[in-house]
Amino acid sequence: MPPYKSNKRHILPGFGLSMGYTVFYLSAIVIVPLATIVIGAFKMDPQAFIATVTSPRVLASYRLSLSTAVFAALCNAFFGFLAAWTLVRYRFPGRRVLDALVDLPFALPTAVAGICFATLYSPVGWMGQYLEKTGIQIINAPSGIVVALIFIGFPFVVRTLQPVLVELEPEIEESAQSLGATRWQTFRRILLPHLFPALLTGVTLSFARAIGEYGSVIFIAGNLPFKTEIAPLMIMTKLDQFDYDGASSVAFVLLLISFSMLLVLNAVQRWQQKSYR
Amino acid sequence: MSIDIKNLTKRYPGYTALDDITLNVQKGELVALLGPSGCGKTTLLRIIAGLETADSGSVILEERDTTNLPAREKNVGFVFQHYALFRRLNVFENVAFGLRVRPSSSRPSKSEIRDRVEHLLKLVQMDWAIKRYPSQLSGGQRQRVALARALAVNPKVLLLDEPFSALDAKVRQELRRWLRKLHDDIHVTSIFVTHDQEEALELADRIVVINKGKIEQQGAPQEVYDHPANAFVYNFLGNVNVFHGRVKDGKVLVGDQLIEAGHASGLPEASDGQAFIRPHEIGVSRIRSGENDLAGIIREIRLMGGQIGLELETAAFDKPIEAEIPRDIWRNLQLSKGDEVFITLDRVKVFTGDYEI
Repeated sequence: MPPYKSNKRHILPGFGLSMGYTVFYLSAIVIVPLATIVIGAFKMDPQAFIATVTSPRVLASYRLSLSTAVFAALCNAFFGFLAAWTLVRYRFPGRRVLDALVDLPFALPTAVAGICFATLYSPVGWMGQYLEKTGIQIINAPSGIVVALIFIGFPFVVRTLQPVLVELEPEIEESAQSLGATRWQTFRRILLPHLFPALLTGVTLSFARAIGEYGSVIFIAGNLPFKTEIAPLMIMTKLDQFDYDGASSVAFVLLLISFSMLLVLNAVQRWQQKSYR
Repeated sequence: MSIDIKNLTKRYPGYTALDDITLNVQKGELVALLGPSGCGKTTLLRIIAGLETADSGSVILEERDTTNLPAREKNVGFVFQHYALFRRLNVFENVAFGLRVRPSSSRPSKSEIRDRVEHLLKLVQMDWAIKRYPSQLSGGQRQRVALARALAVNPKVLLLDEPFSALDAKVRQELRRWLRKLHDDIHVTSIFVTHDQEEALELADRIVVINKGKIEQQGAPQEVYDHPANAFVYNFLGNVNVFHGRVKDGKVLVGDQLIEAGHASGLPEASDGQAFIRPHEIGVSRIRSGENDLAGIIREIRLMGGQIGLELETAAFDKPIEAEIPRDIWRNLQLSKGDEVFITLDRVKVFTGDYEI
């Protein structure tokens, strides 16, 4: 292959330098660290690898991580939608403050969030003392994990939906109404299909974030083996025991899950856009 | 289906959008609401459609009071300025939407819906695009689809809110004629809103000129154009030259120049008056043709296609006069910048009172 030497001049200068920088940066930050996990996993004895990732305790942690993440993502789909809708569609005093608050879970150190939840839901906490009487257990239970995951995933849904909602003209709804559609029909047939790709992106992002969340969960989960141990915690535990191979095999499976999520998301978006663009 | 609008009033904080509007639209009529932006014409249309509520007054569609009905029960077709097509649905589904959302008791069968949609798309000459999505169509094509969609539900009334103003000039003119023809074929009672006087004059059976929430004048296009009720209407219906002066002996004294004006004869002596004349009503010649002619000098010549625009400076008026003459005359007279010409102003109209746009 001849060296890349274009006689077409770019209008923007500095392509070579910025491209080189981008490739280097991506390699150093993303590709190389991830490659060590993959290579580490492949270097392992396949049988040891299988044994590690299918051991009952690890399997239980995957199940817990996946199920709580799915549940939290679905909750966020609903409440994030409501919040985005309210923030875009209505004008009320304090709207800007509320809008700024949405980003808080992004900005807050997850350990801070974890300690907040642990205090709030502990048997003597503000909410915990009442919940204990009703018999609902949040702390040291999967439901607590879900609460923490909802918290950290919430901004993703709101922030991906907001711009799409803003660009949706009120005329679209008005024309549906004047054609005889009820509010529900307008929502179901016009608004939802329109917002679906953005909603899907938001939910997937919040799901992916929830799968890997560590900091806020360990404070509230109690970390009981087979019950409330999440997958990232398994990695931590194995590292504590100097079981580097074991840790990277658990990590490798998590990496696979995240990666396939991204692929599915991309595929769905492509398919969605093909139909109307 | 006739429309009766009675004493409709709508106030927003700070201004009155509609001030006691009473208007009647006959069955099968095509009426234009014409006025400058912010005059309340769109508000009126939206209230008829039920997309907005009036403070007082009533809207009666064929003897049924629909003032407080929600939009979806009004059975009114609405066409928006920016089409408002459903982007996620193709052309067929867009047009079929109004039929598909009906309760199952009154919903037509699938084949009936298909027939109706195909018929309508043929009517608006868009049957070739049945599977396309709105983003694949041009502005004019989208507006045709929007029209078919509005007609699909058999509306009693068709309302069009500046339907052509987002399109470029050529398409706008074409679509205007096409809409007139369509209306002659299907005769659905229609009201359209526009700020383009040409569009209103060309398209409508009747023009309703609105300013600041009030109806200034209504009538057939020719009538409104030839006999404007006041200065506003005259001014809004086309380009004008305005001269401020006083009424004297049935003539208007502008500066030192007396201008003959038939309309001024009934006006009170010495009242403030404005003399209006349209650029194309001004006569320009090389020789003096009457004693009222003014002498002037050509300061500027503008080529405007079929017409030639002249900017004329006279000793009598402090403002230059804008005149338009056909290209042939311009060529015959061999006019050029700086030439002296004689200006005939015998078609001046005079109005008294305040005028402001």
